[in-house]
Amino acid sequence: MLNSPNISPFVIFFASIITSNMILSNFLGMCSFISVSNEYKTASGLGKSVTMVMVVTTIINYVIYKYVVVPLSLEYLRYIIFIIVIAASVQIIELVMDRYLPDLHIKLGIFLPLITVNCAILGISLFMVIRNYDFWQTLLFGFGSGLGWWLAIATLAAIKEKVAKNNIPKGLEGPGLTFIITGLMALAFIGFSGIFVIQ
Amino acid sequence: MKKELQTVFYRNLWKENPVIRQILGICSALAVTNLAVNSLVMGLGLMFVTALSSFTISLLRNYIPQRIRMIVQTLIIAAYVIVVDIFLKANLPEISKALGPYVGLIITNCIIMGRAEAFAQKNPPVLSLFDGLFAGLGYTIILLGVALIRELLGFGSVFGYSLNMVNFTPWTIMVMPPGAFFMIAIFIWISSNMMSKRTEKAKLKKQEAK
Repeated sequence: MLNSPNISPFVIFFASIITSNMILSNFLGMCSFISVSNEYKTASGLGKSVTMVMVVTTIINYVIYKYVVVPLSLEYLRYIIFIIVIAASVQIIELVMDRYLPDLHIKLGIFLPLITVNCAILGISLFMVIRNYDFWQTLLFGFGSGLGWWLAIATLAAIKEKVAKNNIPKGLEGPGLTFIITGLMALAFIGFSGIFVIQ
Repeated sequence: MKKELQTVFYRNLWKENPVIRQILGICSALAVTNLAVNSLVMGLGLMFVTALSSFTISLLRNYIPQRIRMIVQTLIIAAYVIVVDIFLKANLPEISKALGPYVGLIITNCIIMGRAEAFAQKNPPVLSLFDGLFAGLGYTIILLGVALIRELLGFGSVFGYSLNMVNFTPWTIMVMPPGAFFMIAIFIWISSNMMSKRTEKAKLKKQEAK
């Protein structure tokens, strides 16, 4: 198991935004990344909700994993436990938002059910277990990954808005072009590699 | 039954191939395809989970209440994923380590949920089993295709066996993330071009018949 007690939480934070970006280097959360990136505004809204859900669920999963799952040695059940926690906390976030932040709920509400099956959310919790993070590392890892995801989807949507007006080769419209744009973005992000290493 | 099987086979492998036509299950298709062995194991795991979860969901389709069916389906899928995970850890520890979190992420793979919602909900168990199996097969074939090219160009090897090519400089970019995006894009491009040509031909035939 990769043990990482010495990495500063802040290094993890910046690394998960830039060098270990959830989409561009770990390919997590691709489904909604491809399908909800036609408009900058919507994409950015989804990015915000993902960031929020990510922080909340990783923290809950961390606490449950550390204080319930490990002491009872139920590690083999962790997939089921994580997915239930994610589904439940998305529901609770939705209820709380509806009650206290109705404006935000109207804006982000449509995305919340989608997020339950976003693999980035589950992926973060699994990475946290594999890499043995402590509390602060987990917190900043979740937050940084969310911001990284947001950055990637917002950038992609902004590029796609511009590109949509041009002539695109036949057969490449839609997903094909999206992959090429994302590939170029990933290529650009490789330029940052070496600044931080957490993988 | 035989005819139904044929349509299911054709649809899942080509016409509505999960990866290149429906753009589902992309996360793992991008992440594990830098080595052909990893892709093969991942594909087999996904076939197992999709087939059996479609079968189980179809068996239980009349007993699962509509409102909570998503979470029930997710739990069924998660149970099979745990089986795959434990099996890999016990028998192929190195590949299990290389695949890392992506085995667990089969749970959120949209292909399985998609087959469950679109097919297993309304069809008998055995047909659903084959539908899931063929959807998994469609995924595996694309993964292997992508992985073979990426591994060949990126490491100069096939299934881990080095080809010892002289004067060959590995294209490192192919085994890095951008290579994955470009390869999938090329696959989608080729397939949609072939599809549109085929529909054009069909149109022409119809016009001639008229």
